[in-house]
Amino acid sequence: MENKSMEFVQKPLPESVLKTGIILLIAGVVIGVIGLLLDFDRMIFSYLIAFVFVTTVSLGALFMVSLEYITNAIWSVPIRRIMEFLASALPIIMVLSVPILLSMHSLFHWTHTEAVANDPFLSGKEPYLNTTFFIIRVIVVFAVWSLYYFMVTGNSRKQDLTKDQKLSHRNLVFSAAFIPLFAITISIFAVDFLMSLEPHWFSTIFGIYVFSGTVLAGLASVTIIIVMMMEKGYAHPALRNDHLFSLGALLFGFVNFWAYIAFSQYMLIWYANLPEETFWFLARWEGYWVVISLLLIIVHFIVPYIVLLPQPAKMDPKRLKFISIWILVAHLLDIYWLAMPQMHSDKSGFYAIFEIGFPIAAVGLMIVVFAMNYKKFNIIPVGDPKLQRGINFRI
Amino acid sequence: MERTDKIYGLAALFDSPDKIIHATESVVKEGYKSFDVHTPYPVHGMDNAMKLKPSTLGYITLVFGLSGAAFILLFMYWTMSVNYPMIIGGKPYFALPAFIPVTFEVTVLLATLSTVIGMIAFYFKFPVNAYPLNETNYMKAVSNDKYGVFIKSDDPKFDESKIRVFLTSLGGTNLELVYDLKKVTYDPFSPRFISVLVGVIIVVSGGTYVSLNKAMYLPPFNWMEYQFRGNPQSSSDFFSDGRVNRMPVKGSVARGFIPYEFTGVTLPENPLPNPLPVDEKVLQLGKRKYLTFCSPCHGDYGDGDSRMRGQFPNPPSLHTEKLKTWADGLIYHVIVNGQNVMPSYAHQTTAEERWAMVHYVRALQLAKNASEGDIDRFNKEFSANGK
Ligand code: HEC
Repeated sequence: MENKSMEFVQKPLPESVLKTGIILLIAGVVIGVIGLLLDFDRMIFSYLIAFVFVTTVSLGALFMVSLEYITNAIWSVPIRRIMEFLASALPIIMVLSVPILLSMHSLFHWTHTEAVANDPFLSGKEPYLNTTFFIIRVIVVFAVWSLYYFMVTGNSRKQDLTKDQKLSHRNLVFSAAFIPLFAITISIFAVDFLMSLEPHWFSTIFGIYVFSGTVLAGLASVTIIIVMMMEKGYAHPALRNDHLFSLGALLFGFVNFWAYIAFSQYMLIWYANLPEETFWFLARWEGYWVVISLLLIIVHFIVPYIVLLPQPAKMDPKRLKFISIWILVAHLLDIYWLAMPQMHSDKSGFYAIFEIGFPIAAVGLMIVVFAMNYKKFNIIPVGDPKLQRGINFRI
Repeated sequence: MERTDKIYGLAALFDSPDKIIHATESVVKEGYKSFDVHTPYPVHGMDNAMKLKPSTLGYITLVFGLSGAAFILLFMYWTMSVNYPMIIGGKPYFALPAFIPVTFEVTVLLATLSTVIGMIAFYFKFPVNAYPLNETNYMKAVSNDKYGVFIKSDDPKFDESKIRVFLTSLGGTNLELVYDLKKVTYDPFSPRFISVLVGVIIVVSGGTYVSLNKAMYLPPFNWMEYQFRGNPQSSSDFFSDGRVNRMPVKGSVARGFIPYEFTGVTLPENPLPNPLPVDEKVLQLGKRKYLTFCSPCHGDYGDGDSRMRGQFPNPPSLHTEKLKTWADGLIYHVIVNGQNVMPSYAHQTTAEERWAMVHYVRALQLAKNASEGDIDRFNKEFSANGK
């Protein structure tokens, strides 16, 4: 087989990418902070949403790295660094949880001691839902993710220099250990940051629900980046649309998976009709929330489903880029739908326009993280023993 | 297998996936149209090398999948909301969320079945199962560890000697000329075929029967039966009165069964007023229920002239002066309580249906005794309503 990988020289990204990222980040934070000053109760929820959003993008990318190792996937080797770059945000995001930890009183009803004392349900959940344990969990969960990230990417970068095949095997072992930990930690993350916003409610499928959105967020982000790199000529010249096919197929699969899980959660609660469960959906059926609830079905499932259904769509860069951006927006809407109905603010609804701030900052942050990583590290894992096969991958 | 002396095509073997991709690309470049490639496992990039057009099979899947979804939704709508409306678990007649799992299953079922059957029927040309490449050394090799190209003789550019040189130049080995098969048809009524068929039927249905009707009720599949729960109408040591069922709270009234206050009274002095308005819906309901419950005795038009005449104390006409002047509540009273040999219809009908029947009896009375004036009035109202 002809050896194409050696022809590749990494072109530096134009400065404008980093600049765009920084501008978005600063603009978003400024809008967000103004909003916080005007209507703290509302905007701290908006902050939480953006926080969950970046976490899921990063974490979804990290999960795909682990997936590549344990399945010994070949097609994704040449684009694995994109996932690693996105995942590198996790330690930063851990620091970004500080504002949330400082304003838990405005976010989480279960932090109100008097309310908990007078509520048999909340006092029953107190051993889990209490501030100290919450902070410990946040630290542990992000530590597990960051640790795995550092171990795996560390090995992979070492491999760039040494070409040592054993490192791949070591990463495979790490990944196999990480997957069950990932399942536990993402459930904890979902329950803590989203489900406990309504501490009376419970749904055992909730962790998987958030997981499905997480994988989608990671996949969509990676797809956007690789398509843009291919368009602008920054990707390896031997990459073909064949490499996109698995991304498209996985996107399609997880769009279905999300709908499947979302519907399972809804149908069981709807059928059993127990008031201690249904009230959560009823709150999302009230007023204009019903519009968002129904919109979510269309935006998060029906549209991506139809767009991604034909086989050519799964490898067509244009359609993939469009639908990936669409899915990221849908994912943001999904988090919004999970968190916002729990928000109580007595200020004017006009301040809602500031909610645009933090999501913009989140996008800016991911661009900055990517651009910085791109400067420092190889965009292709040049030492990976599967790289050549990955580059030559064809359907 | 018997073969004719007509050439079917020429086959060559290659050693590696790279070589077969290269060979395929060359065959395409050379302009051959009628050829095929055989590999022991799917080789990535082959579709592209063969310049295959996307398969049309997906459309069969799509059409059947959509038809499955549409069919089962309509079917559930018809059975659950139209033909035999039934409320389950307090949900509406057309309970979409409950229908979605079934819709999903049937969609997938029809989509997959049609794909497989479509593939076998359209692409493999079932029931023909003869393929000249079967039982050749070529086929043995490519289903083991070799990769093969096969050029068919119906290709316009087919020229045996040229192709031999061409394939050898690409690195092909073990060139094999394959001859066409003699056409053989089998008798579907041959004893051997019939006995195998019967055997398969017996094994499959027997296996299905045993697994679904016997094995399913053996442990551990029946563990769900041993739960902490009570079966209706059985005894229980959980409640102090020893029964599973709880009695309704004193004074509870079942929905739609508001007790009738004159039960058992001969004829009430202040009968209830008819709460229903007279409109088309009510009259239609009254008509339906009257034809079901009353007409067997009182006749279709209330003349008391049904087929029961002579077999039973004659049911009276409903057009007597007495009934015409009776209050609505009294007719209602007779339906609820019965009167002498006429039984009570309290358990077959709801209060609403009984009042609707009373209106219908009134309509029958009016129709029987309509005057010219009534008809004029009716016509006027009829045209005024625009119906
Ligand atoms: C099994 C046959 C039978 C059916 C069915 C039946 N009836 Fe009767 N009905 C009778 C007989 C017989 C009498 C006369 C009873 C008596 O001797 O007082 C009667 C009496 C009546 C009377 C009182 C007539 C009077 O002059 O006292 C009314 C009103 C009446 N029926 C209405 C109905 C209505 C409305 C229905 C439909 C729900 C119905 N009946 C169904 C047999 C029937």
